[in-house]
Amino acid sequence: MSAGRSASRWLPWHAITVFAFLYLPIVTLIVYSFNGSGVGGFPPRNLTLDWYRMLFADDAIWESVLNSLIVALAAMAISLTFGIPAALALDRANFPGKALFRRLVLLPLILPGIITGLSLSMLFHDSHVKLSLLTIVLGHGTALISVATTEVFAGLQKLDRAQEEASLDLGANYWQTFWRVTIPNLRLSIIGAALLIFTLSMDEIAVSFFLIGRDNTLPLEIWGRLRRGITPEINAISTIIFVFSLIAIVSWYRLRMGSEGTGEAAAELIETTS
Amino acid sequence: MFSRAYRAAVTLPPLLWVALFLLVPYALLLCYSFWSVSPSQTIVHSWTLDNYRELFRVNVYLQTLFRSMWIAARVMIFSLLLGYPLAYYLSFYAGARKDLFYQLVIIPLWVSYLVRAYAWKTILGSDGVLNTLLQYVHLTKHPLEFLLYSPFAIVLTLTHIYTPFAVLPIYATLEHIPRNLVEASQDLGASPLQTFWRVIFPLSIPGVLAGATFAFVLSLGDFLAPLLLGGPSGIMISNIVVSLFGAAYNWPLGAAISLCMLLLVVSLLFLSEQLEKKWSFR
Amino acid sequence: MLAIRNVAKSFGKNPVLRDISLQIAEGEFLTILGESGSGKTTLLRIIAGFESATSGEILMEGERLDLLPPYRRRVNTVFQHYALFPHLTVEENVNYGLRVAKLPKDEITTRVSEALAMVKMTAFAKSKPAKISGGQQQRIALARALVNRPRLLLLDEPLSALDANLRRQMQVELKSLQREVGISFVFVTHDQEEAMVMSDRIALLRMGELEQVASPREIYSHPATAYTAQFIGHTNLLRGEIKSGVARCNSLSWKVGLPEGPALFSLRPENIRIVSGVGSGSDVNAVTFHAKIQHQAFHGATELLQVVCGDGLTLSVRTATRENRLGDLQLEFSPADAVPVRESPERG
Repeated sequence: MSAGRSASRWLPWHAITVFAFLYLPIVTLIVYSFNGSGVGGFPPRNLTLDWYRMLFADDAIWESVLNSLIVALAAMAISLTFGIPAALALDRANFPGKALFRRLVLLPLILPGIITGLSLSMLFHDSHVKLSLLTIVLGHGTALISVATTEVFAGLQKLDRAQEEASLDLGANYWQTFWRVTIPNLRLSIIGAALLIFTLSMDEIAVSFFLIGRDNTLPLEIWGRLRRGITPEINAISTIIFVFSLIAIVSWYRLRMGSEGTGEAAAELIETTS
Repeated sequence: MFSRAYRAAVTLPPLLWVALFLLVPYALLLCYSFWSVSPSQTIVHSWTLDNYRELFRVNVYLQTLFRSMWIAARVMIFSLLLGYPLAYYLSFYAGARKDLFYQLVIIPLWVSYLVRAYAWKTILGSDGVLNTLLQYVHLTKHPLEFLLYSPFAIVLTLTHIYTPFAVLPIYATLEHIPRNLVEASQDLGASPLQTFWRVIFPLSIPGVLAGATFAFVLSLGDFLAPLLLGGPSGIMISNIVVSLFGAAYNWPLGAAISLCMLLLVVSLLFLSEQLEKKWSFR
Repeated sequence: MLAIRNVAKSFGKNPVLRDISLQIAEGEFLTILGESGSGKTTLLRIIAGFESATSGEILMEGERLDLLPPYRRRVNTVFQHYALFPHLTVEENVNYGLRVAKLPKDEITTRVSEALAMVKMTAFAKSKPAKISGGQQQRIALARALVNRPRLLLLDEPLSALDANLRRQMQVELKSLQREVGISFVFVTHDQEEAMVMSDRIALLRMGELEQVASPREIYSHPATAYTAQFIGHTNLLRGEIKSGVARCNSLSWKVGLPEGPALFSLRPENIRIVSGVGSGSDVNAVTFHAKIQHQAFHGATELLQVVCGDGLTLSVRTATRENRLGDLQLEFSPADAVPVRESPERG
């Protein structure tokens, strides 16, 4: 039952306008990555693949891509390793400081990234740990634990307790039950979390800013270039990033939609502050 | 049902990790804010309130903070103005295409922040796409300077980035409103507009609060957009912090500002949470 | 008062209502009875204005109702799950329609207290819906609708969420409320007992068409079709042939004044009597037969016996409870109680 006749006239236009607002900049970026005469200037002319050729010959960029991939995978490992038990702990255990723990875990997601970044850099500085890819990994892993925790926690709510009880009843111990029953049931949540963590890590700047050593991650490499001047090569790499993000997020979405509706996914996606 | 060993096993590792890599760093932040830096660029570990006094003594810090809050407020308002009708459309009108539109909303959300900020930079510059387009169709003769390197550019870019953040929680709460309430309201004589204000909007307030909080808090602490697009008139509080940890080398002062930001954010979250509870009817 | 003329409704290619015509009188309690999928809720929603008919029209007191949006109809609905506004108090829920109509404050206060008193919920005026029970919510939903003094009240299975005892109690209360208020009630349910208890008339809906519209007594004693006979109460369906003024069903036969051909009869279990000896049959035309008890179901005041005749015909017989029945019985029924009914064909 829709709610209005006059509303139904301007609402679709509003929706189109907002979608245009959200997508036009990206579309512009993509279009101009093929523009021979550079980044600005309307209309675009000289269709060319030159910038992509330049991009593929640019070693520094690909090195940073490799670094980012390593960091993302490692961060994923850390976030999941600590995020999954954290979710289980929040779901099943009561301990002093539980409320504090919960908020602490979720804090990096809403707090400006630089605060988490510089706090960690202070830690490394005072413990005389040199900044490197490792410190970035530790930063990302820590900050993104909340993503893993939130997704897995939501998945746990849907988990039928009776399955684990049945496993215990049939003679499996807690460790076996964990691996044979709990984890397989959380498969979707874990994969969804992994995808999200990977995507967020690949794009992360604020925390990385303070923890970077000699090796750049992709966003920081791009950032450095931007300080020096804009080239359409950046449009090219941005387009590629967009395509991969698109694939990642659509995959994540399809995974989640297998088990629930859009309303639930939306609610979970933003349940970082409650 | 779960043994003590099980509960300890799932609780301790994350607890320890979080303590080491979150609690300790934040505690360090706290400590640093009470220390100072010597002229020879070393950290002096003596306790002092000087940093905090400095914040209130020197105008630039408060000015920048207020400017940041004003920028964040505008981003919040525009995100809500853009986002609420979109969420409403998605929930009540989209029908079979709801799924597709939902994906269209979350895709920009997860596309790289840097990419999107960069896109606006290329669009808003004096040689950028927008200006050259306007000149091409003879709407303007000279490039519009205010488009880039101004608070306007920051607000525009951040609105672009955080509108999806506003849409999602509003959409979630709208989805939870039982449709028979809308029918009941109309059955009792309320027109669609009256139904919206008396029934739908009040029930969607928790979502609006959540979206507003996200947009505000995340914009407040943003440092990338100002650096890329803000110019000298668009410096925000995070940029000051970053420079204090970089060229201006004054970690304690930077820590003090960061701590204030942290306190501000935490209070806003707390406030928002209380308000959400008050307006939640489930 | 309300005239439904040739209303039909399809959802896409799927026809849900076919050619419904019905009149509802002033002050009448009409029940639309049907199984799930019969279209009863759709019909109600069309009257309320939440769906529009694919064809046909609805007139209220001579004027086209179906052209008006729901918020302009003098019709109010009690929803199946009450649909109380969670963010408003009970009082604010009840005065919602009055506030929307911008009635003066004093009048609102008076009418609300009347309405709450009528449903005996005055003490709960300041409570929130989440804090009151299902039965209480239902009363508030009723008050909220009635306070607007609609010409017609629609009730969409309002009692289905209540437990059996509360349900019976509410049936009685609703009925007396309707008498008191004098408004036409259109009540939708799938529960045939409920329909019979409460209604002045029952409109039996089956797969989008009206099977029969009559008073409860009429529909019970003279069902028009096999479906009606079976849906309302229990019955035995006797299938047979009529030849030369005699109906023959298996080994049973009796005189009828009906044309030749195949025939179907509905015989209610309580109309089959046990013959206890000579002279107990008051009807000289009664059809008598022997049967064996196959099954005996205790129903409290009565019992339902399942008996099988010599030729294999199984019948249900309802009698007063008695222990220790013997296996063999002599039974009889009056031919008048064998009501001829039409077939109910499958509808596509």
